[in-house]
Amino acid sequence: MPAVSDAVWSEQGTTPDRIEAALRGLLAERHAENGGFVPARALNMIAFVDREWSGEIANRLRGVGRFHASRLVVLSYEPGRERLDARATVASEGDPRPGELSLLRETVVVELGDRHLDDLATIADPLVVTDLPTLLWSPHGHHEIIDALLGLAQAVLLDSVDEPDFRAAIERARELSKRAYVVDLAWLRSTPWRERIATTFDPPARRRELRAIADVAIRHHPESAIAAMLLVGWLASRLGWEVQPLHAREHSLVGEARAESCGEADADDTNAGGAEGADQPIALRLEAAPELQVRGLAGLALETAAGRTLRLDRGPGGLHAYSRDARGSEREWTILGASRGEAGILGEGIRQALLRDPTYGPALAAAAELAP
Amino acid sequence: MSDAPAGAAVADEPENPLVAGLERLPVSPTTLVIFGATGDLARRKLLPALYNLAHEGALPERFHLVGVSRKEKEHDDYRAECEEAIRAFSRRTPDADVLAGLLEDVRYVPGTFDEESVYEELEKVLGEFEEREGEALNRAFYLSTAPSFFPVIVQALGKQGLARHEDAEVRVIIEKPFGTSLAEAEELNREVLAVFEEQQVFRIDHYLGKETVQNMLAFRFANGMFEPLWNRNYIEHVQITAAEDIGIGSRAGYYDHAGALRDLIQNHMLQLLCHVAMEPPVNFTSEEVRNEKVKILQAIHAPRAPEISEMALRAQYGAGHAGGEDVRGYLEEEGVREHSNTETFAALRLEVDNWRWAGVPFYLRAGKRLARKITEIAITLKPVPHLAFNQEGSLGIRPNQLILTLQPNEGVSLQLGAKIPGTRMIIRPVNMEFLYGTAFLSQSPEAYERLIMDAMRGDPTLFTRNDEVEAQWQICDPIVKAWEAAPGPLPQYEAGSQGPPEAASILREGHSWRAI
Repeated sequence: MPAVSDAVWSEQGTTPDRIEAALRGLLAERHAENGGFVPARALNMIAFVDREWSGEIANRLRGVGRFHASRLVVLSYEPGRERLDARATVASEGDPRPGELSLLRETVVVELGDRHLDDLATIADPLVVTDLPTLLWSPHGHHEIIDALLGLAQAVLLDSVDEPDFRAAIERARELSKRAYVVDLAWLRSTPWRERIATTFDPPARRRELRAIADVAIRHHPESAIAAMLLVGWLASRLGWEVQPLHAREHSLVGEARAESCGEADADDTNAGGAEGADQPIALRLEAAPELQVRGLAGLALETAAGRTLRLDRGPGGLHAYSRDARGSEREWTILGASRGEAGILGEGIRQALLRDPTYGPALAAAAELAP
Repeated sequence: MSDAPAGAAVADEPENPLVAGLERLPVSPTTLVIFGATGDLARRKLLPALYNLAHEGALPERFHLVGVSRKEKEHDDYRAECEEAIRAFSRRTPDADVLAGLLEDVRYVPGTFDEESVYEELEKVLGEFEEREGEALNRAFYLSTAPSFFPVIVQALGKQGLARHEDAEVRVIIEKPFGTSLAEAEELNREVLAVFEEQQVFRIDHYLGKETVQNMLAFRFANGMFEPLWNRNYIEHVQITAAEDIGIGSRAGYYDHAGALRDLIQNHMLQLLCHVAMEPPVNFTSEEVRNEKVKILQAIHAPRAPEISEMALRAQYGAGHAGGEDVRGYLEEEGVREHSNTETFAALRLEVDNWRWAGVPFYLRAGKRLARKITEIAITLKPVPHLAFNQEGSLGIRPNQLILTLQPNEGVSLQLGAKIPGTRMIIRPVNMEFLYGTAFLSQSPEAYERLIMDAMRGDPTLFTRNDEVEAQWQICDPIVKAWEAAPGPLPQYEAGSQGPPEAASILREGHSWRAI
């Protein structure tokens, strides 16, 4: 990793105009220092954090590596603070040699208090780079702040598992989705799981079996029921299932979905195992896995009416897969891939602000229907 | 066999609705067999690319790797060599678990490529993998060997019955160079297509796997502002440059029989020309994209012998200076034949005879030991019809240039005229720059990562089709022949310079080469 070199400016009792001018000055200074320094211009990110936890957030953001926003504006909130203080840093990964380039990434930390909250947008607005997409993140809640700043942003980063109640999480994400693109870390944690399910049914001969899925069981971290509901919601929305609210049974949420009728065209499709001309019932079970130490999903078991089984389990070294086909042949393997860790998930969330996943919204809508 | 990407409908089969929104598309379980598994390409590019795909979770979930090479060694020794190569050349530090998972089951088959027993052993290994998996696995044979072995291996695969596989796809990936002349390319195509269907064949031109080359299509076809200018009415000429500051290093054995024309122009630079000149395809399926490129190649007429000295120039680097050091000339390089006539610099003037480009010269130049390393496409627009400004005291008003830089600093630069601040209306050229590296958070994958994945998925868009490679040779073959027939010595240019001054001789009046 090349050495990081920083140019720093700070001021107490400052104003947004002075901060913005300081950023321009730092950029010019760095460019004069070495013509190979060029400002990154991919994404603005505004993070509203509680000052007492700002160190933790800084550590999380340091871990995202190359996914660091081009300009990160941290609004650090301290109840009772009267004065606006700021510190701006323009960092490069090292000193470029002639002919090379080195990206400059800008971070501004603005310390503010209650008296600044009413006009927060007027503080943040001058600090973002015009015409770049802006991502908004408030890791410590503060929905009202996100709502106040939403006019500045095109995307909002959230983690549905942060909400204490999954109904509230779904409602909040749906509400925000109407006004901005939502990047949900709970959704991104399920990407490898969705990839594996898609892969299992990708061979053309197996695609018909998707309509014959009969049983879906998902185990999840006790506080990550929303992650499991999003995964079921994804299956339901992609496969056209009709879903009903789940109901609680012991430590699980259980229920049933119905797949659309296979229809006459599939009447001779005996391999799929779906009920001909009738709705295919799908048993759903979401179960807490107290042994799981990290957020997200612990395991998945998916069975088709014809007897195909796919099991995925989180384990050391990655996802462990087990499959059994309709003839009873069994296979087990570990899926290759480095763990992204929570820093990797956050980095991926920042990157996703520049993309658009068309499947999250429908999955969220289906999850809303599943919520008891 | 299908060109359809993963998830798309195949014949009467329904689409896979689960792939929507996924960035990594599913790849069927595959065994990849690398012929030339201990060679430089495998060590420096293929194995690191496989590791990085594994790191990202992009490899098929049941993936097997088999190395085939002449040297006798045990499986474990080969695994250790793979690990060493990955550690040395991977773009990211290997994760111990991923590396161990990737290599734990790697097999090695020793033997020369014309030995029947090699293919018998290979078939046995492939069968063992499939028996264990309980299903037929796709097979991809990667020919990373000296070109003379391409037909040998292909024929042996056919003879052993390995070119087809019930219930699974078989693909062959062939490295460059695809022939050293038109006749060789045609013959190689015949030999390959006698065993494999064209849809099974993936001819590598690794330039096509570069993000910046693919970006050219986005640049042209996702931005409305350029298309109205993109024709003979507004474009004066196009210059495509692939300059290297290094010499041939330890590659004399290959390079002295290839030269700059075969090494870079016949394949990579003609591909770049196609990307600049092609019409917008109706869609981005492999066949449509490649059809449009072939149309461009077919619109470039093959030069007749008397024309060649007017439109093509070659030269060799002599002694000079690079990076502040004295460097020797090409003929003094280790391994180069005495009195070698191999060119280390080649420049061509080509014309695309179609409605859009008639009369616009496309200048191509490639060379080693030039002033610096750069690959760029410079599009010079015609000058404005009337200058209202007094040019006294100015650097002059120059025609606008649009420069697409492919390496080292990928980006787009537009040269404009602008007023110098002051009381007088004095104009000078300024640059408006866009750098890809500043605008995206993602890191570009290595070209081989993309190409290996596409081959395993059966998507040939970024590979050269049989008629495409022959059309490339139709253009270059007469030049190769004329140069081979001409006596030396070649014009020399000083190492570390802008190239031979004689290169200006192929330019039209009023045109000049851009500074390297």
